Amino acid sequence: MFREMSWLPAAPADIRDQIKALGAAASAGEADSAARLDRIATYRLDESQLSKLGRIALSSPIASGHLAALKIGLIGDGTLSLLAAPLVGSGVRHGLLLDVMVGHYNAAVQQVTDPNDPLHTSGLDMVFLGLDRRIMGLDDPALAPGEAEARVEAALARVKMIVAALKPSIRGPVLVQSLPLPVEALFGSYDRVEGGSPISMTERFNQSLVEMARAGDIVLVDIGRLAATIGAEAWDDPRHWHASKLSFAPDLIPLFCDIVARTIATVKGRSKKALVLDLDNTLWGGVIGDDGVEGIVLGQGSSTGEAFLAIQRMALNLRERGIVLAVCSKNEEATARIPFAEHPEMLLKDQHIAVFQANWTDKATNLRAIAQALNIGVDALVFMDDNPFEREQVRSALPAVAVPEMPEDPAHYPRIIAAAGYFDTVTFTAEDRERAAQYQANAERASMLASAGDLSSYLKSLDMVCTIGPVDRLTRPRVAQLINKSNQFNLTTRRYTEQELAAMESDPRLHLVQVRLADRLGDNGIISVLIARDNGDTWDIDTWLMSCRVLGRDVEQAVLSHLVEAARRAGAKWLVGEYLPTKKNVIVVDHYAKLGFEPAGAAGDGGTRWQLPLEDYRVPDLPMNIIDSVLSVSREKAA
Amino acid sequence: MNDEAILERLQEIMADVFDEDDLVVTRDTTAEDVEEWDSLSHIRLMVAIEREFNVKFTNAEIESLESVGDLVDKLKAKTS
Repeated sequence: MFREMSWLPAAPADIRDQIKALGAAASAGEADSAARLDRIATYRLDESQLSKLGRIALSSPIASGHLAALKIGLIGDGTLSLLAAPLVGSGVRHGLLLDVMVGHYNAAVQQVTDPNDPLHTSGLDMVFLGLDRRIMGLDDPALAPGEAEARVEAALARVKMIVAALKPSIRGPVLVQSLPLPVEALFGSYDRVEGGSPISMTERFNQSLVEMARAGDIVLVDIGRLAATIGAEAWDDPRHWHASKLSFAPDLIPLFCDIVARTIATVKGRSKKALVLDLDNTLWGGVIGDDGVEGIVLGQGSSTGEAFLAIQRMALNLRERGIVLAVCSKNEEATARIPFAEHPEMLLKDQHIAVFQANWTDKATNLRAIAQALNIGVDALVFMDDNPFEREQVRSALPAVAVPEMPEDPAHYPRIIAAAGYFDTVTFTAEDRERAAQYQANAERASMLASAGDLSSYLKSLDMVCTIGPVDRLTRPRVAQLINKSNQFNLTTRRYTEQELAAMESDPRLHLVQVRLADRLGDNGIISVLIARDNGDTWDIDTWLMSCRVLGRDVEQAVLSHLVEAARRAGAKWLVGEYLPTKKNVIVVDHYAKLGFEPAGAAGDGGTRWQLPLEDYRVPDLPMNIIDSVLSVSREKAA
Repeated sequence: MNDEAILERLQEIMADVFDEDDLVVTRDTTAEDVEEWDSLSHIRLMVAIEREFNVKFTNAEIESLESVGDLVDKLKAKTS
C-alpha cells in the first residue's frame, strides 16, 4: 500500500494527453487550468509525469494564485538532482509551488561553508538534507575498540555542521532524513549486538537524529522507518547506487518526493485537521437503515466486525491527538444516530463526533457544511467513504478535500489512512491534544448561537475568561506555531521562528504577549499573539494575529484594551498599526477601523496605516473576564 | 513483440522522458542525437523502460548499449 501509493486514485488511461492539454491550457492562461492542475496532482503519477506537472506549475502563472510558493534547497549525498523535478510535482499535490535549488553533487559541506554560495544568498525557506550511509562512512564495519563511536560521531558532526551553517540564512528549518538500515548483515542476527556493524552504527546515528529533532534543531523525515515499512530490500537497489549514486530504487521516487513535500506542507501548517467518516460499510458492516441496529456487523466474534472496530479505534486514536471527527452519511439522521447511542460494541460515541451530517443531500455540500461548522477550510478535511461513487463526486466537486481510495477489505482501511500521512505533524503541543474538543465546542457554540439569536447575550452566557500573558519558554512553541500558520486574521503576516522569538523576548523595546481564551465549553488555549514596538511617543504594532476559532468573540477588544494600557504606562501617546494585504487576510481589512483607529495613510505593498490617540480611548464593555498577568490587572465582564 | 512495436513504444517513452513531443527515434538514434539525453535523463529513461516493459537490466547491459537499436534487441530478448 505504501509502495504503490494506493491511497491515490490511479491515473486515467489518457493521463499523458491530459497533462499535455493542461500544459497548453496553462500557457494560454485558461481559467480552469488551476483546478485541472490540482485534479491531476491527486492522481498516482510516475516520476516523469510528476516532473512534467511540476514544470507546468512553475512555468505558468496559473499556479501562483492558490499554491504557497516556497524556495527549497536540496542538498546531501548521492544523486539528488533526479528528485528535484518530481518534488515540484509532488508539491502541487500538497498545495505548494516549490522552487527547488539542487546542491552540487556530494558537496554540501563545501557549499554551506562558503558564505557567498547561493544556498545562503537565495533566501531559501527550507532545506532538505538527503543522506546516504555509504557516503557517511557507516557502511563499512568499525570493529576496533572505540572506532564505531568515532565514526557515528563524525557522521553526526557533519550533519550538525551543515545544519548550523544553514540556520542563519534560511527562514524555516532544515529537514533531515533518517537512514534506512543496510540489507546485507555482516554477522547475521549478531549485527545488532556488535556495535561496530553497519546496522548498529546506522541505528545509533538515527537515534541521534531523533534527539536533534526532539531538541528542535531539525525536522526529521523518517525515511528509515519508511524503508523498513516497504522492505529494506525493495528500498535499496545496489544497481542504481553503482550506476548513478541514487540512494534508493528509482521506482520509489514518487513516494520519496511525496513524503518530503508532505513534510514541507506540514511545516507550513498545511496538514489536515478533520477526518470525516461515512457510516454504512465504513464504520460498521451493513446498512443501518435496512439491517437495523441488531443487523449491522460490528464487534468481537466476527472478523469483519473486528475490522470495523479497528477502524473506529483508529479514528479515536486520531481524535486523541487532536484530529476532529465528523460524520457525513446518506441516511435519516435519527436512524444514523441509533448505533452511536444503542449498539454495545460501538467505540465511537456521540460525544466524539463534532459535526454529524446525516441527510440525503450530496456529500460535497455536506462536507462544505462540516468545514463551515468547524470554521476550517475544506482543504483541511479528509473524507473516508467505502463507496467509489461518493468519492468521485467529492473529488470532482471539491478537489481540495483529500479523498483516499479505499482498499477492498475494511481490514486495510486504517493502514491506508496511515500510509497517506494526511495527519503527519512536526510538533505536538498540549494545544494539539485539546484541539478536537475545542473544535467540537466551537460547533456547539455555533448551534447555541443559532438558537440564542442575540449575539451579546450569547457571548455573555459563555462565561469567557481571557488570559493575557508574556511569551516565554513555555508558550513560545505554540506562539511560533500561530505566527507561522495564521493566514486569515493576521494583520501583517510576519513569520518568526522560535529562535527569533527568543531573541525578541529579551528586547526591552518589544512588547510580546500571548492571549488565551477559555469558556464553559472548553479551553481554546493560546489563540492570539501581539507584538508591539515601543518607539517613544508611538507604539507600533508589528504583529497582531488571532486564531479564527475565536472570531466574533470580542477578543480583539480585550487585546486592544491591554495594549492601550501598556502603552499608556510607558508614556506613549499613539498606537500605530498596519494592514498588509495578502491573498488570505481580507477578513481583517477593516480591523483597525472597527476598533476606532483613524486612517493614517498607506503602508508598503498596498497596505494601510492606522493610528489611535491614546487619550481618546475608553475601554468598552466586554463580555468576558480578563486576567492580565503582564500588567497585573484583572477585570470582570460587564453585567 | 516485434522490432517495430518495441521501437514504437520506446519512442513514446522517450518523448515522455525527454519531454519532446515530436521526437522521432530509429534504430540508429544515439544519445548524441537527442539534446535532452544526458546522464540524468538516461537514468530516468532506464527506469521508465524497466517499468513499461516490466524487465530489469544489469548495469553491464546498460553500459553496453550504444544505440536505440541495441536497446530494441535487449528488450526483444528479455520479453520473448
